[in-house]
Amino acid sequence: MIFSSLPSILMIVAPLLIAAAGGMICERSGVVNIALEGLMTIGAFVAATIHYFMEAAGFGRWDLGLALFAAALVSTAFTTIHAYAAINLNADQTISGTGINLLSSGITIFFSQIFFHADRTLPFQMGLLPDATGFYPTLWIAAAVILVSWFVLYKTPFGLRLRACGEHPNAAASVGVNIFGMRWTATLASGFLAGLAGACMVLTESIQFTSNTVNGTGFIALAAVAFGRWKPLGIVGSTFLFGLASALAVLAHDFFPRLTQFLPTEVFNIVPYAITLLALVIFSGRNYAPAADGKPYITRGS
Amino acid sequence: MSQEKNRFGAAGLKKSATSLENFLLKSDGAISVLVIVLGFLFATVLIALVGRNPSGMYKSLFQSMTGFNLNNGKWNVRYIGEWLNYSVPFVFCGFAMAFASRVGLFNVGGEGQYIVGMTIAQLCALYFPQVSVLQAALALLLATLGGAAWGGVVGWFKARFEVSEVVSTIMLNYIALYLSRIVTLAIPGANTYKTPNFPATASIKIPFLTKLFNNSSLNAGLFLCVAGILIYYIVMEKTKAGFAMRATGFNKDAARAAGIPVVASVVASMAIAGAFAGIGGGVVALGSFRYGRVITGMDNYGFTGMAVALVGNCTALGTALAGLLFGLLQASQSLMQSNNIPKEITFIIQGLVVVFIAFKTGFRLFFAWRLKSGSKKLEGAK
Repeated sequence: MIFSSLPSILMIVAPLLIAAAGGMICERSGVVNIALEGLMTIGAFVAATIHYFMEAAGFGRWDLGLALFAAALVSTAFTTIHAYAAINLNADQTISGTGINLLSSGITIFFSQIFFHADRTLPFQMGLLPDATGFYPTLWIAAAVILVSWFVLYKTPFGLRLRACGEHPNAAASVGVNIFGMRWTATLASGFLAGLAGACMVLTESIQFTSNTVNGTGFIALAAVAFGRWKPLGIVGSTFLFGLASALAVLAHDFFPRLTQFLPTEVFNIVPYAITLLALVIFSGRNYAPAADGKPYITRGS
Repeated sequence: MSQEKNRFGAAGLKKSATSLENFLLKSDGAISVLVIVLGFLFATVLIALVGRNPSGMYKSLFQSMTGFNLNNGKWNVRYIGEWLNYSVPFVFCGFAMAFASRVGLFNVGGEGQYIVGMTIAQLCALYFPQVSVLQAALALLLATLGGAAWGGVVGWFKARFEVSEVVSTIMLNYIALYLSRIVTLAIPGANTYKTPNFPATASIKIPFLTKLFNNSSLNAGLFLCVAGILIYYIVMEKTKAGFAMRATGFNKDAARAAGIPVVASVVASMAIAGAFAGIGGGVVALGSFRYGRVITGMDNYGFTGMAVALVGNCTALGTALAGLLFGLLQASQSLMQSNNIPKEITFIIQGLVVVFIAFKTGFRLFFAWRLKSGSKKLEGAK
């Protein structure tokens, strides 16, 4: 039974993994992006809107790629707010992230009201469907994203420099690495991936965008980054675990009809958050986080 | 712009512009006002851009604030009551953020602490002996303690295990949300969205206030809120414990060297922060609803409370005023819809305000640069 629902479980894992990959890249460069949630919301809204209108205009199935790409681009545009505040102005990174999170929930529903005269987008007919292998195409996108980010972070000079910015920016700067450029690149990449993740989510898991579409997935992705110890393989594991837990919250009735009689399905919802918290407490002695994570890089006046 | 003024030699104007910039550079409150004005400006432009009439937004805000309906000239005091009632949880949740932030902690967990307070108050309302006043008071007290525990544990994780309070509070928000659902759904007679009705003894409505504000849901929470403002001010500014907490926020190592118990300070401040959010949750549960709610998502008072504290610069008066502003935005939402303005514009304003606060250092640098270039020009003129 678990095998037959593997595509649905991986459908839930895919956007989580894409967003977590973005969060990881960003934090490895030394910038915390708690706006993942809001950026996913923006991505989901843009994708649902574009797909609805192009489907209605008769573009067939070809617009889905465009919807994904546009969602990622708009989300990247919003990330510039966070990048500028966090990197150039040395602002508290939690504040600018919170600002984007608040802004996104307003701006998406605002434009839903303008375009659709409702607090949600109109439903589209057909989102992303499983391909010939039986899996959703978002799974391949997620696999590509995590492979590419692993390769870039660990196998290229660029990745080495990026990680150096997150560990010891002063040392990196002393050998000529452009800290601002590196952090900007990483933050914009996280925005791009978060938008993509939101788009994948709405096009596979739903038929329309509502204020509940993303529903904390960005925060789970943030937890997955910490639980996966800021490493690609760790993140694959943690997102799979968290995705499974989220899926079980929905599917538990089918899997364990007896269990759900006395165990509320909300227990599965709690799992990702509870184990992240527990892991942070248990492994508190050893610090896996990038050393300069969340700390502004302040150039000393010469 | 100052160059233009210089060129035309308006000496007085130049001087006043410089002193304004100087003021904006020095005063946190002035920056907050600037940030709010910018937020409204952007929102106004946005409404105009999508082809709606921005005056609808200001009409709604005016009606919420004064009770006057500018469209038909009618006056109803109930709107003022609703405004104040909406502001109460914002002020409480603002203090939840502000108190922690004065100790140098970023409390993203106001939402979870609020949910814990709300859930406990609902349980007490349904299960405690029905003695008037006493039941409601006990429910609020336990809600406060529940919020304090939910916040205190964050402080303990932070001080003892060095767990980032941002991550742990986000986790605890969702744990609180789902725990609240589990607990509330287990109450006999509860369906998917509500529990049976509360007994009348659990209500914190005051007949006098209800009558004064023409049947608005304004309740005893208003007085608790005023008390909360005073307590926040006195604890933070006037007591030894408050000083220890602020000192910890300024410089942890210096505080430790001065003999201040840093760990205790951190735990205590997070517990007090949580207590504020907890009582906020209790007040909303008993004041604005007659039944227990099975929440499906966040009420967002806790999240918006962060914005309230940031706008209010974490001071007692500033946070209270910011809470009133955010309550006004919330209260005018339904009026905005009827004035043909999407009510989400209020969330956009809240978000913009926080974004601009993140840019605060940028404004500072800009004003400092203006002042510097201004004084250089003066020297050059000599």
